[in-house]
Amino acid sequence: MSPPPAEATTVAAPIAEPVRAAEETPFRRFVADFAESKVALGAFICFVLIALAAIFAPWIAPQNPYDLAQLDIMDGRMEPGTVGGAGFTYILGTDDQGRDMFSGILYGLRISLMVGAGSAFIAFCFGTGLGLLAAYFGRRTDAVIMRLVDLQLSFPSILVALMILAFLGKGILNVVIAIVVVEWAYYARTVRGTALVERRREYIEAAECLALSHQRIVFRHLLPNCLPPLIVVGTMQVARAIALEATLSFLGLGVPVTEPSLGLLIANGYEYMLSGRYWISFYPGIALLVTIVVINLVGDQLRDVLNPRLRK
Amino acid sequence: MIVYLIRRLMQSTLVVLAMTVILFVGVYAIGDPVEILISPDADQMERERAIAALGLDRPLWLQYLTFLQNALRGDLGRSFVFNEPALTLIMQKMPATLELAFAATFFAILIGLPLGLWAGLRPEARSSRVIMATSILGFSLPSFWVGLMLIMVFAVQLGWLPSTGRGPTAELFGVQWSFLTIDGLRHLILPAINLSLFKVSLVIRLTRAGVRETVLMDYVKFARAKGLSESRVIFVHVLKNIMIPVITVTALEFGSTIAFSVVTESIFAWPGMGKLIIDSIYVLDRPVIVAYLMIIVLMFIMLNFTVDVLYSVLDPRVRLQDQKA
Repeated sequence: MSPPPAEATTVAAPIAEPVRAAEETPFRRFVADFAESKVALGAFICFVLIALAAIFAPWIAPQNPYDLAQLDIMDGRMEPGTVGGAGFTYILGTDDQGRDMFSGILYGLRISLMVGAGSAFIAFCFGTGLGLLAAYFGRRTDAVIMRLVDLQLSFPSILVALMILAFLGKGILNVVIAIVVVEWAYYARTVRGTALVERRREYIEAAECLALSHQRIVFRHLLPNCLPPLIVVGTMQVARAIALEATLSFLGLGVPVTEPSLGLLIANGYEYMLSGRYWISFYPGIALLVTIVVINLVGDQLRDVLNPRLRK
Repeated sequence: MIVYLIRRLMQSTLVVLAMTVILFVGVYAIGDPVEILISPDADQMERERAIAALGLDRPLWLQYLTFLQNALRGDLGRSFVFNEPALTLIMQKMPATLELAFAATFFAILIGLPLGLWAGLRPEARSSRVIMATSILGFSLPSFWVGLMLIMVFAVQLGWLPSTGRGPTAELFGVQWSFLTIDGLRHLILPAINLSLFKVSLVIRLTRAGVRETVLMDYVKFARAKGLSESRVIFVHVLKNIMIPVITVTALEFGSTIAFSVVTESIFAWPGMGKLIIDSIYVLDRPVIVAYLMIIVLMFIMLNFTVDVLYSVLDPRVRLQDQKA
């Protein structure tokens, strides 16, 4: 599910034409198709930048926002652009505990992206596994799994997440569990639909005639051919997971207060917004917004590119 | 038809039962039931008496049956915080949430339908593209963020609308409602818009898809050929036919609107069920949590059941397909 590396896109765009003529590999065609939409390409580059900023947060951020020793309460609620006691400029201001918002956002992005990508990946594994089982074995297995999917999807995500967090209590791990429980059904439904079609293809029949093991057929033959729609769903689910984590943290049910994610940063600034100190909530909100929109734009373009019906 | 009804009813009952098991396991098996059901202030004597009274020393399946029995009688325990039956507490807060959810649904239709109609009639126009792009935002943006922005712009910067609470209420049928007073109505606007955003997007997409399909139909061509005015064709012939899916989906979405009002109520300090459940989770007031979840789940199952039955009445194919399967 890893997106193509950044340099591949930037290199492929200008030399796309001659390469196409010379040797067209599926991956090169995919990259060229994807880069056709400038918006999607921009979104992808933007996403890579955000991800890099999150990964390298400790080197970029002027302050470790989780290290209480570095926070100076005297610098609390400073406006963007003021120079604090520690000697550097708070370009996005500080929150009530004197936490540099810019550093807070970078570290918050880390948690948001980690929780989002991590839980989407675990949900991917669970959902895909169960969906493949349902499609491959059919009959009772299929009925039981799909009933469960139907049941799960008839309840909104926030309700399921609330239920789980109400029982398990808050914490990053429990948020991940909640998101996995919310999202697995989408993967299961998607992969089952594709797998039911693929299952009747000749290559599966051939594999069965060779008396390959179920495991080998499902994972080596069926799964790779079901991947394209799953990648699209996966991308969208990462965005949904990030939004859900932010919502839960905003409600105070997510990550611990000492290590705020974007949602919690927004919640912390909420009470100060009414008195005009907008920056505490506003900038983390923008970071969250851009991240979610960018992932959705990439997912949208992936759907167009990976959909064989739309392929020229 | 009767067979279908009974089958469907049995399915729903099964789901309700499954939910009670999940809730039971959630409260009794995960975590210490003594800690959950007995107030932390109780001393050792009280504790032991309560354990015996609650039957926590009995086998688990027997405890479940008691739980189920009490639930059927509407007894879901007493709130630790308010020392009132949890169910009563939820019921008191329900009108506020329902009011908000209805207002949101109303906004969704009021805003979504015209925009969807516009986008469906002029699919290539720039304005339509803007509408569709915005509707994607409505799906993907976390609603709490939009709520904060609404407060920032309309309550803090412009100072047009209040951002917290319900405002003054007036009584109707023995229940307090906000929309009956002018100031209450002003309090209702921002939260209702916030809650409706997802649905606005949904209604826009549904209407647009419906319109694009319907304008190609023979009866629309015929109506045009008859020389009817464009507005009559659109508002009577087209709109009437796309209203069916739009209304069904909006009705189906009502349940999730109530669930998502948890977020909106927290932002706007709207004193409904959603705010109650979040507050209860903070202080671990488990009877209230269980009661809330039970009621919401029941509501969902009833909504789904009603829609399914209505569909099978309206569309015989649904019924027949189910019999074959």
